Amino acid sequence: MPVLELRGISQEFGGLRALDGIDLQVPRHAIFGIIGPNGAGKTTLFNVITGIYPPTEGQLLFQQQPIASWSSHKVARLGVGRTFQNIRLFNRLSVLDNVKVAANWNRSAGFWASILGLPSYSREQKHCQEKAEALIDMLGLYDKRMEYAQSLSYGEQRRLEIARALIAEPSLLLLDEPAAGMNSSEKIELMDLIWKIRDDMQLTILLVEHDMHLVMSICEQIAVLDYGRKIAEGRPEQIKSDPRVIQSYLGVEA
Amino acid sequence: MRFLEQWITQIIDPYYLRIIILVGINIIMALGLNITTGVTGQLSMGHAGFMSLGAYTSAIVSLKMGAPFWMALLAGSTIAAVFGFIIGLPALRLEGDYLAIVTIGFAEIVRVFFLNFEPGGKAVGLSGIPQETSFTLVLLITLVVIFFTQRLLSSRLGKAMYAVRENEIAAEACGINTTHLKVLSFVLGAFLGGLGGALYAHYMYYISPQDFDFMRSIEILNMVVLGGLGSIPGSILGAAILTILPEMLRVVAEYRMLFYGALLVLLMIFRPNGLFGDMRVYDLIKTRRAKGEKPCQS
Repeated sequence: MPVLELRGISQEFGGLRALDGIDLQVPRHAIFGIIGPNGAGKTTLFNVITGIYPPTEGQLLFQQQPIASWSSHKVARLGVGRTFQNIRLFNRLSVLDNVKVAANWNRSAGFWASILGLPSYSREQKHCQEKAEALIDMLGLYDKRMEYAQSLSYGEQRRLEIARALIAEPSLLLLDEPAAGMNSSEKIELMDLIWKIRDDMQLTILLVEHDMHLVMSICEQIAVLDYGRKIAEGRPEQIKSDPRVIQSYLGVEA
Repeated sequence: MRFLEQWITQIIDPYYLRIIILVGINIIMALGLNITTGVTGQLSMGHAGFMSLGAYTSAIVSLKMGAPFWMALLAGSTIAAVFGFIIGLPALRLEGDYLAIVTIGFAEIVRVFFLNFEPGGKAVGLSGIPQETSFTLVLLITLVVIFFTQRLLSSRLGKAMYAVRENEIAAEACGINTTHLKVLSFVLGAFLGGLGGALYAHYMYYISPQDFDFMRSIEILNMVVLGGLGSIPGSILGAAILTILPEMLRVVAEYRMLFYGALLVLLMIFRPNGLFGDMRVYDLIKTRRAKGEKPCQS
Protein backbone atom coordinates (compact mmCIF):
# COMPACT_ATOMS: atom_id res chain seq x y z
CA MET A 1 0.00 0.00 0.00
CA PRO A 2 1.59 3.28 -1.06
CA VAL A 3 1.83 6.10 1.46
CA LEU A 4 1.42 8.66 -1.22
CA GLU A 5 -0.25 8.26 -4.54
CA LEU A 6 -0.51 10.79 -7.35
CA ARG A 7 -2.95 10.18 -10.17
CA GLY A 8 -2.67 12.39 -13.20
CA ILE A 9 -1.55 15.46 -11.28
CA SER A 10 -1.29 18.59 -13.45
CA GLN A 11 -0.47 22.10 -12.45
CA GLU A 12 -0.87 25.12 -14.67
CA PHE A 13 0.34 28.63 -14.01
CA GLY A 14 -1.43 30.80 -16.55
CA GLY A 15 -0.49 29.20 -19.81
CA LEU A 16 2.48 27.31 -18.41
CA ARG A 17 1.98 23.64 -17.68
CA ALA A 18 4.43 23.06 -14.85
CA LEU A 19 3.24 19.52 -14.16
CA ASP A 20 1.64 17.38 -16.79
CA GLY A 21 -0.25 14.28 -15.71
CA ILE A 22 2.12 12.95 -13.10
CA ASP A 23 1.41 9.45 -11.76
CA LEU A 24 3.47 8.36 -8.81
CA GLN A 25 3.28 5.78 -6.07
CA VAL A 26 5.55 6.14 -3.07
CA PRO A 27 5.74 2.89 -1.10
CA ARG A 28 5.87 2.87 2.68
CA HIS A 29 9.34 3.21 4.27
CA ALA A 30 10.94 3.92 0.92
CA ILE A 31 13.53 6.54 0.20
CA PHE A 32 12.17 7.83 -3.05
CA GLY A 33 14.11 10.26 -5.21
CA ILE A 34 12.85 12.76 -7.74
CA ILE A 35 15.39 14.13 -10.17
CA GLY A 36 15.34 16.20 -13.29
CA PRO A 37 16.82 19.30 -14.86
CA ASN A 38 16.12 22.76 -13.43
CA GLY A 39 12.59 23.88 -14.10
CA ALA A 40 11.35 20.33 -14.56
CA GLY A 41 8.67 20.84 -11.90
CA LYS A 42 10.21 19.05 -8.93
CA THR A 43 9.62 21.78 -6.38
CA THR A 44 6.19 22.48 -7.88
CA LEU A 45 5.39 18.83 -7.27
CA PHE A 46 6.38 19.24 -3.62
CA ASN A 47 4.28 22.36 -3.35
CA VAL A 48 1.28 20.54 -4.78
CA ILE A 49 1.73 17.62 -2.39
CA THR A 50 2.00 19.94 0.64
CA GLY A 51 -1.02 21.99 -0.34
CA ILE A 52 0.74 25.24 -1.24
CA TYR A 53 -0.85 25.07 -4.69
CA PRO A 54 -4.05 23.19 -5.33
CA PRO A 55 -3.44 20.99 -8.40
CA THR A 56 -5.26 22.01 -11.57
CA GLU A 57 -6.13 18.41 -12.29
CA GLY A 58 -5.64 14.99 -10.79
CA GLN A 59 -5.94 13.14 -7.56
CA LEU A 60 -3.64 13.18 -4.58
CA LEU A 61 -3.96 10.41 -2.03
CA PHE A 62 -2.11 10.35 1.25
CA GLN A 63 -2.66 7.08 3.08
CA GLN A 64 -5.70 6.47 0.90
CA GLN A 65 -7.17 9.83 1.81
CA PRO A 66 -7.75 12.40 -0.96
CA ILE A 67 -5.88 15.58 0.03
CA ALA A 68 -5.77 17.57 -3.21
CA SER A 69 -6.53 21.25 -2.53
CA TRP A 70 -6.40 20.84 1.23
CA SER A 71 -4.81 23.82 2.90
CA SER A 72 -1.17 23.49 3.75
CA HIS A 73 -1.44 23.30 7.52
CA LYS A 74 -4.05 20.53 7.31
CA VAL A 75 -1.78 18.44 5.13
CA ALA A 76 1.03 19.02 7.62
CA ARG A 77 -1.17 18.00 10.54
CA LEU A 78 -2.09 14.82 8.72
CA GLY A 79 1.55 13.79 8.71
CA VAL A 80 3.46 15.36 5.84
CA GLY A 81 6.62 17.16 6.92
CA ARG A 82 8.87 19.07 4.55
CA THR A 83 11.99 21.15 4.16
CA PHE A 84 12.50 23.88 1.59
CA GLN A 85 14.99 24.35 -1.21
CA ASN A 86 15.58 27.95 -0.22
CA ILE A 87 15.75 27.58 3.56
CA ARG A 88 12.68 28.93 5.30
CA LEU A 89 13.34 29.13 9.02
CA PHE A 90 11.82 31.41 11.61
CA ASN A 91 14.93 33.55 11.73
CA ARG A 92 14.21 35.55 14.84
CA LEU A 93 13.11 32.62 16.95
CA SER A 94 15.55 30.45 18.84
CA VAL A 95 16.56 27.06 17.48
CA LEU A 96 14.49 25.39 20.18
CA ASP A 97 11.43 27.53 19.45
CA ASN A 98 11.75 26.83 15.74
CA VAL A 99 11.31 23.16 16.50
CA LYS A 100 8.76 23.48 19.31
CA VAL A 101 6.45 25.69 17.31
CA ALA A 102 5.94 22.88 14.80
CA ALA A 103 4.96 20.25 17.37
CA ASN A 104 1.60 18.51 17.50
CA TRP A 105 -0.90 21.11 16.37
CA ASN A 106 -3.41 18.30 16.13
CA ARG A 107 -4.19 18.27 19.79
CA SER A 108 -2.64 21.47 21.02
CA ALA A 109 -4.03 23.58 23.82
CA GLY A 110 -6.17 26.53 22.82
CA PHE A 111 -5.97 30.24 23.41
CA TRP A 112 -7.35 30.31 26.96
CA ALA A 113 -5.32 27.32 28.11
CA SER A 114 -2.22 29.06 26.77
CA ILE A 115 -2.64 32.45 28.36
CA LEU A 116 -3.99 31.12 31.64
CA GLY A 117 -1.32 28.42 31.84
CA LEU A 118 -3.79 25.62 32.53
CA PRO A 119 -2.40 22.20 33.56
CA SER A 120 -3.28 20.66 30.19
CA TYR A 121 -1.10 23.29 28.57
CA SER A 122 1.82 22.90 30.98
CA ARG A 123 1.84 19.14 30.54
CA GLU A 124 1.84 19.49 26.78
CA GLN A 125 4.64 22.06 26.97
CA LYS A 126 6.85 19.80 29.05
CA HIS A 127 6.37 16.89 26.70
CA CYS A 128 7.02 19.11 23.71
CA GLN A 129 10.16 20.58 25.26
CA GLU A 130 11.66 17.14 25.91
CA LYS A 131 10.85 15.91 22.45
CA ALA A 132 12.31 19.04 20.84
CA GLU A 133 15.51 18.81 22.87
CA ALA A 134 15.95 15.15 21.95
CA LEU A 135 15.54 15.95 18.25
CA ILE A 136 17.88 18.91 18.36
CA ASP A 137 20.42 16.74 20.10
CA MET A 138 20.09 14.06 17.45
CA LEU A 139 20.80 16.63 14.74
CA GLY A 140 23.80 17.98 16.62
CA LEU A 141 22.36 21.41 17.39
CA TYR A 142 22.02 21.07 21.15
CA ASP A 143 24.73 23.61 21.96
CA LYS A 144 23.05 26.12 19.70
CA ARG A 145 19.52 25.59 20.97
CA MET A 146 19.19 29.11 22.35
CA GLU A 147 20.69 30.90 19.35
CA TYR A 148 18.55 32.68 16.82
CA ALA A 149 18.02 30.51 13.76
CA GLN A 150 19.49 33.26 11.57
CA SER A 151 22.85 33.02 13.33
CA LEU A 152 23.38 29.37 12.39
CA SER A 153 25.66 28.27 9.59
CA TYR A 154 24.15 27.06 6.35
CA GLY A 155 24.57 23.37 7.12
CA GLU A 156 23.12 23.85 10.60
CA GLN A 157 20.14 25.66 9.16
CA ARG A 158 19.47 22.74 6.84
CA ARG A 159 19.60 20.36 9.78
CA LEU A 160 17.33 22.61 11.81
CA GLU A 161 14.77 22.48 9.02
CA ILE A 162 14.86 18.70 9.19
CA ALA A 163 14.43 18.78 12.99
CA ARG A 164 11.48 21.11 12.61
CA ALA A 165 9.89 18.85 10.03
CA LEU A 166 10.37 15.79 12.24
CA ILE A 167 8.90 16.98 15.51
CA ALA A 168 5.32 16.46 14.42
CA GLU A 169 6.22 12.81 13.74
CA PRO A 170 5.24 12.84 10.09
CA SER A 171 4.74 9.61 8.21
CA LEU A 172 6.04 11.21 5.04
CA LEU A 173 9.00 13.56 4.92
CA LEU A 174 9.72 15.67 1.84
CA LEU A 175 13.28 16.93 1.50
CA ASP A 176 13.82 19.59 -1.16
CA GLU A 177 17.49 19.53 -2.15
CA PRO A 178 18.81 18.67 1.31
CA ALA A 179 22.42 18.51 0.12
CA ALA A 180 22.47 21.87 -1.69
CA GLY A 181 25.57 23.81 -0.73
CA MET A 182 27.11 21.02 1.33
CA ASN A 183 30.66 19.73 0.97
CA SER A 184 31.37 16.06 0.46
CA SER A 185 31.86 15.14 4.11
CA GLU A 186 28.65 16.93 5.05
CA LYS A 187 26.91 15.00 2.29
CA ILE A 188 28.08 11.72 3.75
CA GLU A 189 26.78 12.77 7.15
CA LEU A 190 23.50 13.75 5.55
CA MET A 191 23.15 10.36 3.93
CA ASP A 192 23.68 8.63 7.27
CA LEU A 193 21.15 10.98 8.82
CA ILE A 194 18.52 10.21 6.19
CA TRP A 195 18.97 6.48 6.70
CA LYS A 196 18.85 6.91 10.44
CA ILE A 197 15.65 8.92 10.54
CA ARG A 198 13.96 6.59 8.10
CA ASP A 199 14.80 3.55 10.25
CA ASP A 200 14.38 5.11 13.69
CA MET A 201 11.21 7.00 12.99
CA GLN A 202 9.65 4.55 10.59
CA LEU A 203 8.85 7.10 7.95
CA THR A 204 8.87 7.45 4.22
CA ILE A 205 11.18 9.92 2.56
CA LEU A 206 10.62 11.65 -0.73
CA LEU A 207 13.52 13.78 -1.85
CA VAL A 208 14.49 16.09 -4.65
CA GLU A 209 18.22 16.32 -5.21
CA HIS A 210 20.74 17.27 -7.86
CA ASP A 211 23.67 15.43 -6.35
CA MET A 212 23.66 12.21 -8.37
CA HIS A 213 26.06 10.39 -6.12
CA LEU A 214 23.78 10.96 -3.14
CA VAL A 215 20.60 10.14 -5.00
CA MET A 216 22.00 6.96 -6.51
CA SER A 217 23.37 5.76 -3.17
CA ILE A 218 20.41 6.30 -0.90
CA CYS A 219 17.30 6.17 -3.05
CA GLU A 220 15.60 2.86 -3.52
CA GLN A 221 13.45 4.19 -6.28
CA ILE A 222 13.76 7.23 -8.52
CA ALA A 223 11.38 9.16 -10.74
CA VAL A 224 12.74 11.49 -13.40
CA LEU A 225 10.86 14.62 -14.41
CA ASP A 226 11.42 16.71 -17.50
CA TYR A 227 9.23 19.60 -18.63
CA GLY A 228 6.62 18.59 -16.06
CA ARG A 229 6.36 15.03 -17.30
CA LYS A 230 7.58 11.86 -15.72
CA ILE A 231 9.98 10.41 -18.26
CA ALA A 232 11.26 7.45 -16.28
CA GLU A 233 10.89 5.62 -13.02
CA GLY A 234 12.77 2.73 -11.49
CA ARG A 235 15.67 1.55 -9.41
CA PRO A 236 18.87 3.63 -9.50
CA GLU A 237 20.68 1.25 -11.84
CA GLN A 238 17.78 1.29 -14.29
CA ILE A 239 17.68 5.07 -14.23
CA LYS A 240 21.41 5.36 -14.82
CA SER A 241 21.15 3.36 -18.01
CA ASP A 242 17.87 4.74 -19.29
CA PRO A 243 18.62 6.42 -22.63
CA ARG A 244 15.94 9.12 -22.20
CA VAL A 245 17.25 10.11 -18.80
CA ILE A 246 20.82 10.23 -20.09
CA GLN A 247 19.77 12.39 -22.98
CA SER A 248 17.69 14.90 -21.02
CA TYR A 249 19.48 15.06 -17.70
CA LEU A 250 22.46 12.91 -16.87
CA GLY A 251 24.38 13.55 -20.04
CA VAL A 252 26.74 11.17 -21.80
CA GLU A 253 29.86 10.32 -19.87
CA ALA A 254 32.98 11.07 -21.78
CA MET B 1 -7.42 51.00 46.15
CA ARG B 2 -9.13 54.19 47.18
CA PHE B 3 -6.35 54.85 49.66
CA LEU B 4 -3.68 54.43 46.99
CA GLU B 5 -5.59 56.81 44.72
CA GLN B 6 -5.83 59.50 47.43
CA TRP B 7 -2.21 59.12 48.35
CA ILE B 8 -1.05 59.34 44.73
CA THR B 9 -3.14 62.43 43.98
CA GLN B 10 -1.67 64.07 47.07
CA ILE B 11 1.96 63.46 46.30
CA ILE B 12 2.00 63.83 42.51
CA ASP B 13 1.32 67.06 40.69
CA PRO B 14 -1.92 66.77 38.63
CA TYR B 15 -0.03 67.67 35.45
CA TYR B 16 2.42 64.80 35.91
CA LEU B 17 -0.34 62.46 37.00
CA ARG B 18 -2.17 63.20 33.78
CA ILE B 19 0.91 62.31 31.76
CA ILE B 20 1.38 59.10 33.74
CA ILE B 21 -2.22 58.05 33.12
CA LEU B 22 -1.87 58.77 29.41
CA VAL B 23 1.33 56.72 29.38
CA GLY B 24 -0.63 53.81 30.87
CA ILE B 25 -3.41 54.11 28.29
CA ASN B 26 -0.88 54.30 25.47
CA ILE B 27 0.95 51.25 26.81
CA ILE B 28 -2.28 49.26 26.63
CA MET B 29 -2.91 50.34 23.04
CA ALA B 30 0.70 49.85 21.97
CA LEU B 31 0.73 46.34 23.41
CA GLY B 32 -2.39 45.64 21.38
CA LEU B 33 -0.87 46.88 18.13
CA ASN B 34 2.31 45.02 19.01
CA ILE B 35 0.40 41.74 18.85
CA THR B 36 -0.98 42.53 15.39
CA THR B 37 1.96 44.28 13.78
CA GLY B 38 4.97 43.53 15.96
CA VAL B 39 4.44 39.84 16.61
CA THR B 40 2.26 38.55 13.80
CA GLY B 41 3.66 41.00 11.26
CA GLN B 42 0.33 42.29 9.92
CA LEU B 43 0.99 45.96 9.25
CA SER B 44 -1.95 47.88 10.69
CA MET B 45 -2.01 51.64 10.29
CA GLY B 46 -5.52 52.12 11.58
CA HIS B 47 -5.24 51.44 15.27
CA ALA B 48 -6.91 54.77 16.03
CA GLY B 49 -10.02 53.34 14.38
CA PHE B 50 -10.27 50.68 17.07
CA MET B 51 -9.47 53.25 19.74
CA SER B 52 -12.23 55.46 18.37
CA LEU B 53 -14.75 52.61 18.35
CA GLY B 54 -13.86 51.76 21.95
CA ALA B 55 -14.05 55.39 23.05
CA TYR B 56 -17.38 56.20 21.38
CA THR B 57 -19.06 52.91 22.28
CA SER B 58 -18.09 53.21 25.94
CA ALA B 59 -19.00 56.90 26.08
CA ILE B 60 -22.44 56.28 24.57
CA VAL B 61 -23.03 53.30 26.85
CA SER B 62 -22.11 55.48 29.84
CA LEU B 63 -23.92 58.64 28.81
CA LYS B 64 -27.04 57.43 27.04
CA MET B 65 -27.63 54.19 28.90
CA GLY B 66 -26.21 55.10 32.26
CA ALA B 67 -24.43 51.77 32.45
CA PRO B 68 -21.72 51.18 35.07
CA PHE B 69 -18.14 51.93 34.08
CA TRP B 70 -16.93 48.33 33.83
CA MET B 71 -19.76 47.60 31.41
CA ALA B 72 -18.79 50.59 29.30
CA LEU B 73 -15.18 49.37 29.18
CA LEU B 74 -16.26 45.89 28.20
CA ALA B 75 -18.70 47.17 25.57
CA GLY B 76 -16.04 49.45 24.05
CA SER B 77 -13.37 46.79 23.80
CA THR B 78 -15.79 44.12 22.57
CA ILE B 79 -17.17 46.28 19.75
CA ALA B 80 -13.60 47.14 18.75
CA ALA B 81 -12.70 43.42 18.80
CA VAL B 82 -15.67 42.62 16.55
CA PHE B 83 -14.39 45.17 14.05
CA GLY B 84 -10.91 43.73 14.49
CA PHE B 85 -12.33 40.43 13.32
CA ILE B 86 -13.96 42.06 10.30
CA ILE B 87 -10.75 43.89 9.36
CA GLY B 88 -8.77 40.70 10.00
CA LEU B 89 -10.58 38.96 7.16
CA PRO B 90 -9.10 41.01 4.29
CA ALA B 91 -5.76 40.57 6.02
CA LEU B 92 -5.88 36.96 4.88
CA ARG B 93 -5.54 37.98 1.26
CA LEU B 94 -3.40 41.08 1.61
CA GLU B 95 0.13 41.68 2.75
CA GLY B 96 2.34 44.55 3.84
CA ASP B 97 1.57 47.87 2.18
CA TYR B 98 -1.73 46.66 0.70
CA LEU B 99 -2.97 45.65 4.11
CA ALA B 100 -1.74 48.98 5.51
CA ILE B 101 -3.91 50.82 3.00
CA VAL B 102 -6.97 48.78 3.95
CA THR B 103 -6.42 49.55 7.64
CA ILE B 104 -5.91 53.26 6.92
CA GLY B 105 -9.16 53.19 4.95
CA PHE B 106 -10.93 51.48 7.81
CA ALA B 107 -9.78 54.08 10.35
CA GLU B 108 -10.87 56.87 8.00
CA ILE B 109 -14.32 55.29 7.57
CA VAL B 110 -14.69 55.08 11.34
CA ARG B 111 -13.62 58.72 11.68
CA VAL B 112 -16.03 59.95 9.01
CA PHE B 113 -18.78 57.79 10.46
CA PHE B 114 -18.48 59.42 13.88
CA LEU B 115 -18.20 62.81 12.20
CA ASN B 116 -21.77 62.23 10.97
CA PHE B 117 -23.12 60.09 13.77
CA GLU B 118 -25.94 61.88 15.60
CA PRO B 119 -25.70 60.07 18.99
CA GLY B 120 -21.94 60.73 18.92
CA GLY B 121 -22.44 64.48 18.66
CA LYS B 122 -21.14 64.66 15.06
CA ALA B 123 -18.14 66.97 14.62
CA VAL B 124 -18.69 68.56 18.02
CA GLY B 125 -18.02 65.28 19.77
CA LEU B 126 -19.28 63.99 23.06
CA SER B 127 -18.73 65.81 26.30
CA GLY B 128 -19.60 65.24 29.92
CA ILE B 129 -18.38 61.66 29.93
CA PRO B 130 -17.97 60.69 33.61
CA GLN B 131 -14.30 60.73 34.60
CA GLU B 132 -14.06 57.21 35.91
CA THR B 133 -10.54 56.40 34.75
CA SER B 134 -8.25 56.80 37.73
CA PHE B 135 -4.54 56.28 38.22
CA THR B 136 -5.06 53.06 40.20
CA LEU B 137 -7.40 51.62 37.62
CA VAL B 138 -5.06 52.37 34.72
CA LEU B 139 -2.15 50.94 36.68
CA LEU B 140 -4.10 47.79 37.45
CA ILE B 141 -5.37 47.26 33.91
CA THR B 142 -1.93 47.99 32.45
CA LEU B 143 -0.34 45.38 34.72
CA VAL B 144 -3.00 42.80 33.88
CA VAL B 145 -2.57 43.47 30.16
CA ILE B 146 1.23 43.21 30.42
CA PHE B 147 0.89 39.95 32.34
CA PHE B 148 -1.42 38.31 29.84
CA THR B 149 0.43 39.61 26.80
CA GLN B 150 3.63 38.19 28.24
CA ARG B 151 1.83 34.91 28.89
CA LEU B 152 0.51 34.81 25.35
CA LEU B 153 3.78 35.69 23.64
CA SER B 154 5.80 33.14 25.55
CA SER B 155 3.22 30.43 24.88
CA ARG B 156 3.21 28.19 21.84
CA LEU B 157 0.43 30.24 20.34
CA GLY B 158 2.58 33.35 20.68
CA LYS B 159 5.59 31.64 19.14
CA ALA B 160 3.36 30.53 16.30
CA MET B 161 2.37 34.17 15.78
CA TYR B 162 6.05 35.11 15.52
CA ALA B 163 6.41 32.22 13.06
CA VAL B 164 3.69 33.75 10.87
CA ARG B 165 5.66 36.99 10.82
CA GLU B 166 8.94 35.25 10.05
CA ASN B 167 7.75 32.95 7.29
CA GLU B 168 4.17 32.28 6.46
CA ILE B 169 4.72 29.39 4.07
CA ALA B 170 6.99 27.60 6.51
CA ALA B 171 4.51 28.23 9.33
CA GLU B 172 1.77 26.56 7.29
CA ALA B 173 4.10 23.66 6.50
CA CYS B 174 4.58 23.23 10.26
CA GLY B 175 0.85 22.73 10.75
CA ILE B 176 0.15 26.27 11.93
CA ASN B 177 -3.21 27.64 10.86
CA THR B 178 -1.95 31.05 9.76
CA THR B 179 -5.43 32.23 8.77
CA HIS B 180 -6.70 31.65 12.28
CA LEU B 181 -3.71 33.35 13.91
CA LYS B 182 -3.83 36.44 11.71
CA VAL B 183 -7.48 37.01 12.53
CA LEU B 184 -6.81 36.31 16.20
CA SER B 185 -4.00 38.86 16.20
CA PHE B 186 -6.34 41.50 14.78
CA VAL B 187 -9.05 40.67 17.31
CA LEU B 188 -6.63 40.90 20.25
CA GLY B 189 -5.01 44.08 18.96
CA ALA B 190 -8.40 45.68 18.38
CA PHE B 191 -9.66 44.59 21.80
CA LEU B 192 -6.76 46.35 23.53
CA GLY B 193 -7.11 49.34 21.20
CA GLY B 194 -10.78 49.59 22.18
CA LEU B 195 -9.95 49.18 25.85
CA GLY B 196 -7.44 52.01 25.60
CA GLY B 197 -10.00 54.14 23.79
CA ALA B 198 -12.65 53.49 26.43
CA LEU B 199 -10.24 54.41 29.23
CA TYR B 200 -9.23 57.50 27.28
CA ALA B 201 -12.84 58.64 26.82
CA HIS B 202 -13.55 58.23 30.51
CA TYR B 203 -10.47 60.18 31.42
CA MET B 204 -10.80 63.13 29.05
CA TYR B 205 -14.51 64.01 29.69
CA TYR B 206 -14.64 64.92 26.06
CA ILE B 207 -13.97 63.11 22.79
CA SER B 208 -14.32 64.16 19.18
CA PRO B 209 -13.50 62.47 15.86
CA GLN B 210 -10.33 64.58 15.57
CA ASP B 211 -8.87 62.76 18.57
CA PHE B 212 -8.67 59.60 16.51
CA ASP B 213 -7.27 60.75 13.19
CA PHE B 214 -4.56 59.22 11.05
CA MET B 215 -1.80 60.88 13.09
CA ARG B 216 -3.01 59.03 16.16
CA SER B 217 -2.66 55.71 14.34
CA ILE B 218 0.84 56.68 13.30
CA GLU B 219 1.69 57.70 16.84
CA ILE B 220 0.72 54.28 18.22
CA LEU B 221 2.56 52.55 15.38
CA ASN B 222 5.61 54.67 16.20
CA MET B 223 5.55 53.46 19.79
CA VAL B 224 5.65 49.85 18.64
CA VAL B 225 8.31 50.39 15.99
CA LEU B 226 10.47 52.59 18.22
CA GLY B 227 10.35 50.07 21.06
CA GLY B 228 11.10 47.18 18.75
CA LEU B 229 8.61 45.03 16.86
CA GLY B 230 7.35 42.12 18.90
CA SER B 231 8.95 43.19 22.17
CA ILE B 232 6.79 43.84 25.23
CA PRO B 233 9.36 45.97 27.12
CA GLY B 234 9.88 47.76 23.81
CA SER B 235 6.22 48.67 23.42
CA ILE B 236 6.06 49.82 27.04
CA LEU B 237 9.14 52.00 26.69
CA GLY B 238 8.07 53.24 23.26
CA ALA B 239 4.69 54.29 24.63
CA ALA B 240 6.31 55.99 27.62
CA ILE B 241 8.88 57.88 25.55
CA LEU B 242 6.48 59.04 22.87
CA THR B 243 3.97 60.23 25.46
CA ILE B 244 6.46 62.02 27.69
CA LEU B 245 8.77 63.39 25.00
CA PRO B 246 6.29 65.85 23.42
CA GLU B 247 5.55 67.18 26.91
CA MET B 248 9.21 67.62 27.75
CA LEU B 249 9.77 69.36 24.45
CA ARG B 250 7.28 72.05 25.36
CA VAL B 251 10.27 74.15 26.41
CA VAL B 252 11.31 74.57 22.79
CA ALA B 253 7.78 75.79 22.03
CA GLU B 254 6.99 75.86 18.34
CA TYR B 255 10.02 73.76 17.39
CA ARG B 256 8.57 70.92 19.41
CA MET B 257 7.45 68.70 16.55
CA LEU B 258 10.71 69.38 14.73
CA PHE B 259 12.74 67.98 17.61
CA TYR B 260 10.32 65.13 18.01
CA GLY B 261 10.73 64.17 14.36
CA ALA B 262 14.50 64.53 14.50
CA LEU B 263 14.70 62.27 17.55
CA LEU B 264 12.66 59.61 15.79
CA VAL B 265 14.96 59.77 12.78
CA LEU B 266 18.07 59.51 14.96
CA LEU B 267 16.70 56.55 16.88
CA MET B 268 15.91 54.71 13.70
CA ILE B 269 19.41 55.35 12.39
CA PHE B 270 21.17 54.07 15.49
CA ARG B 271 18.73 51.32 16.39
CA PRO B 272 16.95 50.30 13.20
CA ASN B 273 15.27 47.38 14.93
CA GLY B 274 13.88 49.59 17.66
CA LEU B 275 15.14 49.94 21.20
CA PHE B 276 14.44 46.35 22.22
CA GLY B 277 13.98 44.69 18.84
CA ASP B 278 15.60 41.24 18.75
CA MET B 279 17.10 41.78 22.18
CA ARG B 280 16.99 38.90 24.61
CA VAL B 281 18.27 38.42 28.12
CA TYR B 282 20.09 35.31 26.88
CA ASP B 283 22.17 37.32 24.38
CA LEU B 284 23.03 39.97 26.95
CA ILE B 285 24.36 37.38 29.39
CA LYS B 286 26.28 35.65 26.64
CA THR B 287 27.92 38.87 25.46
CA ARG B 288 28.87 39.74 28.99
CA ARG B 289 30.36 36.30 29.51
CA ALA B 290 32.25 36.46 26.25
CA LYS B 291 33.69 39.81 27.30
CA GLY B 292 34.68 38.42 30.67
CA GLU B 293 36.37 35.42 29.14
CA LYS B 294 38.57 37.26 26.70
CA PRO B 295 41.36 38.28 29.10
CA CYS B 296 41.72 34.65 30.21
CA GLN B 297 42.18 33.42 26.69
CA SER B 298 44.91 35.84 25.73
